[in-house]
Amino acid sequence: MEQFDLVIIGGGPAGLTAAIYAARYWLRTAVIAEQPGGLVGEAGKIGNFPTHKEINGPQFAMSMIEQVRALGIEITNDKAGSIEKSGKGFVVRTENSGEFPAKKIVLAIGTKRRKLGLPNEQRLAGKGVCYCATCDAPLYKGKVAGVVGGGNAALNAALLVAEYAKKVFVFYRSPEFGRADPLLAKLVMENKKIEVLFNSNVKQIAGEDSLQKVFLDNGKEVELQGLFVEIGYEPDAGIAKAIGVETTPEGYIKVDRHQHTNVKGVFAAGDITESGLRQVIIAAAQGALAANGAFEEIKKGE
Amino acid sequence: MAEFESDVTEADFEETVVKQSANLPVVADFWAAWCTPCQILKPAMEKLAKEFKGKFVLAKINVEENPGLSERFKISGIPSVKMFKGGKVVAEFTGAMPEPAVRQWLEKNIK
Repeated sequence: MEQFDLVIIGGGPAGLTAAIYAARYWLRTAVIAEQPGGLVGEAGKIGNFPTHKEINGPQFAMSMIEQVRALGIEITNDKAGSIEKSGKGFVVRTENSGEFPAKKIVLAIGTKRRKLGLPNEQRLAGKGVCYCATCDAPLYKGKVAGVVGGGNAALNAALLVAEYAKKVFVFYRSPEFGRADPLLAKLVMENKKIEVLFNSNVKQIAGEDSLQKVFLDNGKEVELQGLFVEIGYEPDAGIAKAIGVETTPEGYIKVDRHQHTNVKGVFAAGDITESGLRQVIIAAAQGALAANGAFEEIKKGE
Repeated sequence: MAEFESDVTEADFEETVVKQSANLPVVADFWAAWCTPCQILKPAMEKLAKEFKGKFVLAKINVEENPGLSERFKISGIPSVKMFKGGKVVAEFTGAMPEPAVRQWLEKNIK
């Protein structure tokens, strides 16, 4: 395959903003995205992004995708399996869509949802165990559901699920909501459909064809049909480490303020970087900087 | 293209999915407008239906407009894709997979 100026790995706000900028710099660009739109596509309502008083995560994600496609950049929906150095550039190998030779790389690989790590979790995924509240909340109309977690994502999920379910339990390991926005915590505590069980961990999930019950570490059992897992995200920068990209002890990619990694020609942007604030607007800004950095290097013939 | 795929509702589900699956595999894609992974998967399924040229028929089912079908098939996570043969579900997956992975799933299960 002909060499691209820029190959962007990741299709969330960081990767797609990098693509938009790259298109305007006339860089020959490819985007490889395991989940086009990224995790923001699973977000509920976004109310802190300029231009929209309020926009749904799915709408936001789709409009980014459409904007990139309209600029003539193809988004290959596949997983990048590996990156190798090749001459002055790189080769990105995908699992099923072949190789993408590139002068420069932007790693916008984001983070992955943390799972409970319990037996039966995988078997019951999609059969009651849910990882996308915006996708699946409306399917629990009139049913009983649980949410695991106590951060903003968990509380947003609880409020969303409560719009449909007749009863929502929140299972949270701590004695209070210390990490979530106070406004969200207040809305959750005041919602009559929501019952918060502090100091509780789900230790077992049970069900044959579909989820039926969870067992808590305090001995309680709760019968429910849905369980929304919202216990945060974790980085997986393995693909970057293989070419010598440095990460923090927690696994986030180290970047300078122009989004350069320690490897020449490799940039990183968005949630995978050691950013202070994991938000759409930050990811988008970093994506723009990364594309600009790649453009500057290419212009100089580096 | 239309012959390889259609929007299916509760009214024509028996005919288009159950009965037709006696002759060739029918792949039902349960989706909703509010679900981004569904919006990614649906065009990929449409493209694959065209590419497979009638080796399977794609039945797109909007869960919001067809709650009876969601209830009947216990849809509790979307996108939910089920392959019917002989009137029965023989393979399924939930959540969007990249297009190449869906192609492999189809190749494996159509046989």
